[in-house]
Amino acid sequence: MEIGLNHYLVLSTILFAIGLVGVMKRKNLLLLFFATEILLNAVNIAFAAISHYYGDLTGQMFAFFVIAIAASEVAVGLGLLIVWFKRHGTIDLDFMTSMKG
Amino acid sequence: MFEAVAFYLFAFLTIAMFYIVVTTKQALYALTALAAGMIFISAFFFILGADFLGAIQIIVYTGAVMALYAFGMMFFDTTREVKEKKGNKFIIVGLSTLAAILIVVIVSAPMVSDNIVALYPIADNIGNVQSVGLVLFTKYLIPFEVAAIMLLVAMVAGIVLAGKKMDLSLTLMSGEEIEEIKKEKNKKVLS
Repeated sequence: MEIGLNHYLVLSTILFAIGLVGVMKRKNLLLLFFATEILLNAVNIAFAAISHYYGDLTGQMFAFFVIAIAASEVAVGLGLLIVWFKRHGTIDLDFMTSMKG
Repeated sequence: MFEAVAFYLFAFLTIAMFYIVVTTKQALYALTALAAGMIFISAFFFILGADFLGAIQIIVYTGAVMALYAFGMMFFDTTREVKEKKGNKFIIVGLSTLAAILIVVIVSAPMVSDNIVALYPIADNIGNVQSVGLVLFTKYLIPFEVAAIMLLVAMVAGIVLAGKKMDLSLTLMSGEEIEEIKKEKNKKVLS
């Protein structure tokens, strides 16, 4: 049984769908961040698989930059989250209504 | 054969771990399952011959990002159970349809792009790390430097945001104490 590109793309899509459902479903901001990490990782798998099956290194390069962006996103987002929690005592999305949106 | 066994094993483990992440009610369980899922994903990179990417996945995601989350969770009340949104039937149906369409589009995408040619082909006689270095420091040098600056900015932002007023905890103080500090320093403490 040969594992082809489509196997990896289907796996990547399943993981992406799981992350998407997590983003839509979660209320807690910390768990929302976890769901975005799942999204980024699912895309990374697709990049690496395409890079392997087309014999092209560009996919791996883009996966590196995605990892770098994810790391900086976590640093800034977690800092903002800590500041918000210090001021309001909650990181629940439903209580972020200070802009009356 | 081994590739197929490894692929299905790690696919099952990864999907199970990420399913736990989006469904569990305990934030600590979600953190642990996410860390395990990251490790399992690096197995795919090793299967695909992207050794350097697999090592980076373990170092950056499991080592740095997960540790950052673990430290960040010390600030939050993680023992409390996470409340979920009330299930709206229409939203669930819409989400499922969207995800199904997404699956079809993504899987059929490479079928219409058979004319892809490799811009930076993987060389056979040198290892993965060496070829990654060759491409990264020639064709992708400018994005690499920009990513370095972006990480520096993120580091400064993280320190400024999280390190402010580290010596006093506003959540553990009572309201009167915070008011006193406000009067003493004659400026906004909370901002």
